[in-house]
Amino acid sequence: MSYELLTFIWFVLLGVLLVGYAILDGFDLGVGILHPFIAKDDRERRLVMNSIGPLWDGNEVWLVTFGGALFAAFPVAYATVFSSFYTAFFLLLTCLIGRAVSLEFRSKVHSAAWRKLWDVGFFLSSFTAAFLLGVAGGNVMAGMELGPKYHYEGNLLSQVYWYPLLVGCLTVSLFALHGAIYLYLKTEHDLQARVRRAINPLFYVFVGLYVLVSIATWWHVPHATENIAKYPVLWIVPILNALAVLNIPRAMHLGKPGYAFFTSSMVIAAFATLFSVAIFPNFMLSTIDPAYNVTLDNARSSAGTLQTMLIIAIIGIPCVLSYTVIIYWIFRGKVTLEKNSY
Amino acid sequence: MDVEILSRLQFAGTIMFHYLFPPLSIGLGLQLFLCELAYFRTRNLSWEAAARFWTRVFAVNFAMGVATGIVMEFEFGTNWAAYSRFVGDVFGSALAAEGIFAFFLESGFLAVLVFGWDRVGPKMHLFSTLMVFLGSMFSAVWIVVANSWQQTPAGYHIVWQDVQGEMMPRAEVTSFWQMVFNPSSVDRLTHTLIGALVLGAFFVASVCSYYLLKSRHEDVAKRCLSIALPSALLFTLLAAATGHDSAQKLVETQPAKLAAMEAHFHTSDEPTGLTLFGWPDAENETVRFEVKVPYLLSLMVYNDPTIPVPGMDQIPEDERPPVWLPFQTFHLMVGLGTLMIGVAALACLFWYRGTYTDKRWLMWAIVLMPVAAMTANQAGWVTAEVGRQPWIVYPSVQNGVEMMGLKTADGLSESVTAEQVLSSIILFGIIYSMLFAVWVFVLNNKIQHGPETAEELTEYKQSLKADSMSEKFGRSGKSLGGDMMEDETR
Repeated sequence: MSYELLTFIWFVLLGVLLVGYAILDGFDLGVGILHPFIAKDDRERRLVMNSIGPLWDGNEVWLVTFGGALFAAFPVAYATVFSSFYTAFFLLLTCLIGRAVSLEFRSKVHSAAWRKLWDVGFFLSSFTAAFLLGVAGGNVMAGMELGPKYHYEGNLLSQVYWYPLLVGCLTVSLFALHGAIYLYLKTEHDLQARVRRAINPLFYVFVGLYVLVSIATWWHVPHATENIAKYPVLWIVPILNALAVLNIPRAMHLGKPGYAFFTSSMVIAAFATLFSVAIFPNFMLSTIDPAYNVTLDNARSSAGTLQTMLIIAIIGIPCVLSYTVIIYWIFRGKVTLEKNSY
Repeated sequence: MDVEILSRLQFAGTIMFHYLFPPLSIGLGLQLFLCELAYFRTRNLSWEAAARFWTRVFAVNFAMGVATGIVMEFEFGTNWAAYSRFVGDVFGSALAAEGIFAFFLESGFLAVLVFGWDRVGPKMHLFSTLMVFLGSMFSAVWIVVANSWQQTPAGYHIVWQDVQGEMMPRAEVTSFWQMVFNPSSVDRLTHTLIGALVLGAFFVASVCSYYLLKSRHEDVAKRCLSIALPSALLFTLLAAATGHDSAQKLVETQPAKLAAMEAHFHTSDEPTGLTLFGWPDAENETVRFEVKVPYLLSLMVYNDPTIPVPGMDQIPEDERPPVWLPFQTFHLMVGLGTLMIGVAALACLFWYRGTYTDKRWLMWAIVLMPVAAMTANQAGWVTAEVGRQPWIVYPSVQNGVEMMGLKTADGLSESVTAEQVLSSIILFGIIYSMLFAVWVFVLNNKIQHGPETAEELTEYKQSLKADSMSEKFGRSGKSLGGDMMEDETR
C-alpha cells in the first residue's frame, strides 16, 4: 500500500472517529443542555439523566480515541492543534470532568441542595463543552495565526470572534435538537409530551443558525468551497445535508422518531464530512502564510506506523462495533428507574 | 517561574492525582470478579450482595479515573508539543491502541456491570465484570509500554526532517514489537500491575475488617476477607520479587537512576553497601545520618557481593538526576512494601487459625493498609519518573549505533506561556481538591451504607418479578403502576 493511500485512509478514519464522537456524545451533551428546561421534578430529572446513564461514558471514549489516533497518525497536527488551543482545551477538560462527576455523584446523597448543585453543574458543563467544540471547529475552519515551525502566534482572544462563536451556537443548537429527539425516544407520558413540544422551536433555532453559518462560511472562509468547486461530485454532501435537515420535522410529523433520530445523526455526519472536505488536505491553515499550514503530508507519521495502526484498527474496530451494538441492545427501550440508577 | 518547571509540576500533579484511581480500579476489579465468581458457583445471596456492593464502590472510583485520565491525553499535546512531535510516531500508536483495545471494552461493559444487574443473566454479568477488569489491565499495559519505551527506547531510529528550512529530528518506529517489548516493559508492567492488585486486596480487607470491628455486615465481611487476605499476601510477595527484578535491570539500562535511588555518589573498587536510611546531600555528594549494610547492594544488583556498583560519578554532570527525591521515595516504597508483607502474613496466619477477629490491633492495622499501598504506588511512580531526569526520552544504542534522546527541557510547547500554565494549575488545583473531597465523601457514604442483607436482596428481587408480571399480563396492571407513579409525584 502506498504511503499516500495510507495517509488518506487515516484522514478518513479520523473523520469516522469524529463523526462517531459527534453523533454519540452529541445526544448526551444535548440531553445535558436540555435537562433543566424539560424535567419538572426530581423523578423526571433522574429519568432524563438515566436515559444516557449507561451510554455517555462509552460515547466519550470516541473523543479519547480520536485524540490518540490523531497523536499516532498525525503527531504534528496533534501537537499543534492541542498547544494552540491551550486555554480552550483546559476549559473543555474542566467541562468533561464536571459532566462525569455531576452524573456520578448527583444521586449519591439525598439532599435537595446537593442535587440542585450537580444539576447546575451538569447543564453548564454540557452546554460549555458543546460550545467549545464548535468554537474550536470554527477556528480550524477559518484558519489560525500559525507562524514558522508550527509556532502558534495567537491567543485565546484571537480565537474568540464572531465566526467561531457562531459555529459554537450552531453546535449547541444541533446537539440540543439531537438530544431532544433522543429523549423523545426514551421517555413516556407527560415528560415525552413536553419533549415533543420543545422539538419544533429547537428545530427553527437550529435552521436559522444553519442558514446563517452557511452564508458566513461562504463569505468569511472562501477556501472552504475550493474542494467542492474542484470535485463537483462533492456537491452531494451539502445537498444531502440540507435534505437531512428538512427530513427531521417530516419524520417527527410522520410519527417516526427513530427515523428522525437517524436523520439528525446524518445531519451531524454531513457536517463533519463538510468540515473534512473544507480543510482537506490541511489540518490547520495559517492565516499568516500558506507555507506554514499543517498539512497531511508534513504532519503524518512514518509509513510503518500508519500501517501498524491500520492493522490495530482492523482488529479493533469490529470488536468495538460489536460490543457497542450489544450495549445499546441491552439498554434499549424506555428509560425506567431501578435500584442501580443514578 | 519558567514554563518548564510549571509544566512539570502540572504534569506531576495531574498524573499523581489520576494515579490514585486506576490502581484501585484494577485491584478492586479482580476482587469484584472473584466475589462474583463465588456467587456464580454457589448462588449464595450473600456473595451477590458483596458483588453488588463492590460494584457500587468500583463505579465511583472508575468515574474518577475516566474523568482525570482524559486530562493526561490532552496534556501531551497542550504542554509538550515538541515532545509529541518527536515521539508521536512511537508513543502515539501505543496510546491509540489503548483507546481501541482497552477504553471501549471497559466503558462498554462497565454499563452492563453497573446498570445491568437486573437486565442481564448472571453469566453475562460475570462476563462483563471480567471484561471490565481485563479492559483496565489492557489500559495499564499500553500506558506502561509507552512509558517504558521512553525509559529504555528500542525498535526505532532517528529521522531528520526538513521543517520549513530547519532540520528537526524525530523518532520513527523500525520494529513495533521491539518497541512494545523494550528492555524494561515486562518488568515495569508486572510490578505496576501487582502494585495495583495489592491495593485492591488491601482495600477490600480494610473495609471488611472495619465492618468486623464495628460488628456490621459480618457475613459478607468474612466471606470477602477469605479472598482478600490471601491475595494481599500473595501480591505483596510478588511485588517484592518483581521490584527486585526491575532494580537488577536498572544497572544496565538506567545506571543514573539506580545511583540516585541509592544515593550512591562515588564508585570505588570495593563492594557496594546498601543505604537503609539517610539524608542525601547532592551538593557535597554525601549522605548524612547514613545507616549502611556492607556488600548488600552489590549482592542485590549482581547476585554477587563483590562486584562494585557504578555510582553517580560515572554519569556526565549535565545528565545526573536529582538524588534526594528518588532516594526517599524509593526507600519509602520498599519500607512500606516490607511492612505490608509483614501485616498480610500475620493476618493470614491468624485467619488460618481462626483467631483473626480477636486481634483488634491487627484488624486496625489492616484498616490502614490501603493508605500504605496507595503511598507505595505513588512513591514508586515518583522514583521512576524523577530518576529519569533530565531525559524525557533516554538516549539509547541500537545495533551499535548511538541514538539521540530528548531532554525534558526540549519537549515543551513553544507557544505556551508561563501564565497560561500557571492559570491551568490553579484551575485544576481547585477542581481536583473539590473532586477529592467529593470522592472521599461519597466513598465514605457507600462504605457506611454497606452491602444489603440477603433478606433485603430477596425482597427486592420479588418486587422486580411482580413488576415484570404486571407488565406482561394485562393493561390494568400497567396503568395501575402508572397511576401510582403519578400519585407519588403530586
